[in-house]
Amino acid sequence: MRLEPIANPSLARSLGFPALAICVTVLVASGLAAIAGGNPLQTLGLIVQGAAGSKFALLETLNRATPLIFTGLAIAVAFRAKLWNIGAEAQLYGGAIVTVILGTSALSNFGGAALPLIALGAMLAGAVVLLVPVMLKTRYGVDEVVTTLLLNFIMLLLVSYLLEGPMKDPMGMGWPKSAPLDKDLRLPRIVAGLRLHWGFGLALISAALIWFLQTRTTLGYEMRAVGFNPQAARFAGIPLNRVLVKTALLSGGLAALAGFSEVAGLKGHLSLDLSPGFGYTGIIVAMLALLHPLGVVISAIFVAGIFVGADSMSRAAQVPTYIADMLLATALLLMVLAIGLTKYRMVRG
Amino acid sequence: MNALFDILLTASFWAAAVRIASPLIFATMGELICERAGVLNLGIEGIMVIGAFSGWMAVYLGMGLWGGVFVAMLAGMLFGLLHATLTVPFGLSQHVVGLGITLLATSTSYFAYRLILPEVTSPPKIEPFQAVEVPYLVDIPLLGPALFAQTALTYAAFAVVALTVLILYRTPLGLAIRAAGESPNAVAAQGLSVTRLRMGAVIVGSGLMAVGGAFLTLSAFSSFFFEMVNGRGWICIALVVFGAWRPGKALLGALLFAGFDALQIRLQQTPIGQAVPYQVFLMAPYFLSILALILMSRRAQVPSALMVPFNKGER
Repeated sequence: MRLEPIANPSLARSLGFPALAICVTVLVASGLAAIAGGNPLQTLGLIVQGAAGSKFALLETLNRATPLIFTGLAIAVAFRAKLWNIGAEAQLYGGAIVTVILGTSALSNFGGAALPLIALGAMLAGAVVLLVPVMLKTRYGVDEVVTTLLLNFIMLLLVSYLLEGPMKDPMGMGWPKSAPLDKDLRLPRIVAGLRLHWGFGLALISAALIWFLQTRTTLGYEMRAVGFNPQAARFAGIPLNRVLVKTALLSGGLAALAGFSEVAGLKGHLSLDLSPGFGYTGIIVAMLALLHPLGVVISAIFVAGIFVGADSMSRAAQVPTYIADMLLATALLLMVLAIGLTKYRMVRG
Repeated sequence: MNALFDILLTASFWAAAVRIASPLIFATMGELICERAGVLNLGIEGIMVIGAFSGWMAVYLGMGLWGGVFVAMLAGMLFGLLHATLTVPFGLSQHVVGLGITLLATSTSYFAYRLILPEVTSPPKIEPFQAVEVPYLVDIPLLGPALFAQTALTYAAFAVVALTVLILYRTPLGLAIRAAGESPNAVAAQGLSVTRLRMGAVIVGSGLMAVGGAFLTLSAFSSFFFEMVNGRGWICIALVVFGAWRPGKALLGALLFAGFDALQIRLQQTPIGQAVPYQVFLMAPYFLSILALILMSRRAQVPSALMVPFNKGER
């Protein structure tokens, strides 16, 4: 058995396998629900209903999708250039820390410029957090997978220290959380009265901008070239390390915006449970979107829907909410396989 | 400074270092075998979780302790088989598949835990492995209690290192595994199957990672907690690099690392330690791993075909 590349995969092939992957995921979901003693159809129905069955549910899903669009974009940008950024979680918290520092300062005197300034500051923090492992990679050849992963743990401990020490909310009744942001420095609601903040709008704009960058600019071309074939890119005169550093700045900045939008748009303060693994889930979001920036929006809403739906389902049926994580991991593996099968076929010999 | 010497001269410190090293030794050997065959296994973190969970659950449901170890190993090998199938014959991205396996194995453990124990707030305890003292040897000062008053699973960890060295460097099979990670074309030219060698290495290696996880629940602690593996898998990947892909050096790295870990726990209790935020101590292992990577990355002998999928007939 060996793999043979397919020069021009047919439309049926390039759509059929991903569609099959989704079907198998649904089958696995039904099986898991049955194992848990639930009625498969009813369980799946409850998940869909919990994710999109009412205006409230739908807004909750879009709210949950917002940080996932940011982290998904961060991963998609990095993976496209074969920069294995597994540290979006750390970059998210970097952004969140700066958001709280600036958002509780005297910055509100700047009026309308304050929020953009905070967002920029947050992006800078996220970029720096990713720049460290990337510099270690370009300078010393240290693999960035392990260093970005380890930085997630270091960052979480840093947040824990800050929340118990310098950034502790004096009015927090002992809970490890930061002081709340200035009222004027919160992201406003998109429609008054509906629980959806402008972080979602910012996420959509970011996706469009990244799409433009990747398809219409030289930098976007260079990033794809470096990811596709580093040797050829170097041969073509593309400065490999410089492109990697630029990619890192962009990717880290995007992940940090997730932290900014969660603090300034949703929570209003920093706590240790700000992110239930948005950085890691971003990998699933990006892979399901085939690393396409506009696809990230759709897949983030889909992934958020599964989480929100599974939460609401497990309150009604006796199926543990961890079914969502299992489903998404299955979907990720099957989707990677499906993409592989659109490009290669198995032949004997 | 005195406090430091006091710690270094207590037998319990050295015993703790060896105990902390044990799960890392199993998992590091597992990862090392995978990587020597040419496959990076980022499923390690999740496979340690499923090992910790399944081994503990098997014992909780009435199996013996060694039965639990066996169940953990089987569970690890199952996820190893999945990883190997996707990365070896299909040649898919080892990064993405590995992370996917970690997510899948972790969520499967948590799902099953909630399924079997729906309403439990504090996890039930089991009777873990007890320390077995080796007669006479245990009386050696410092070294005796550290090396010869451990649980059977710790002795097994050292045996696994010896076995890994023996197989990798003294048998034709070991030569073939190492060659699969260095120049797979040469292996194929000998009429051997690179696919089978690599898949076998990943499956066996994953089994060892799961036993490393099971050490946490069956020997170190007596319950299963969420997030109890806490990045140990990623640290083991750093240890493989630190050990320059050699079992003996990796063992040394694991012991050194565990020594620092045991030291930081004890330094927290000293007057100087209490003046420093405890998070600084908890960060130390992760910083240490990154430092080790920086120091070793320059001169390390990376297996040349690591992360390069092999496709017969393709040059």
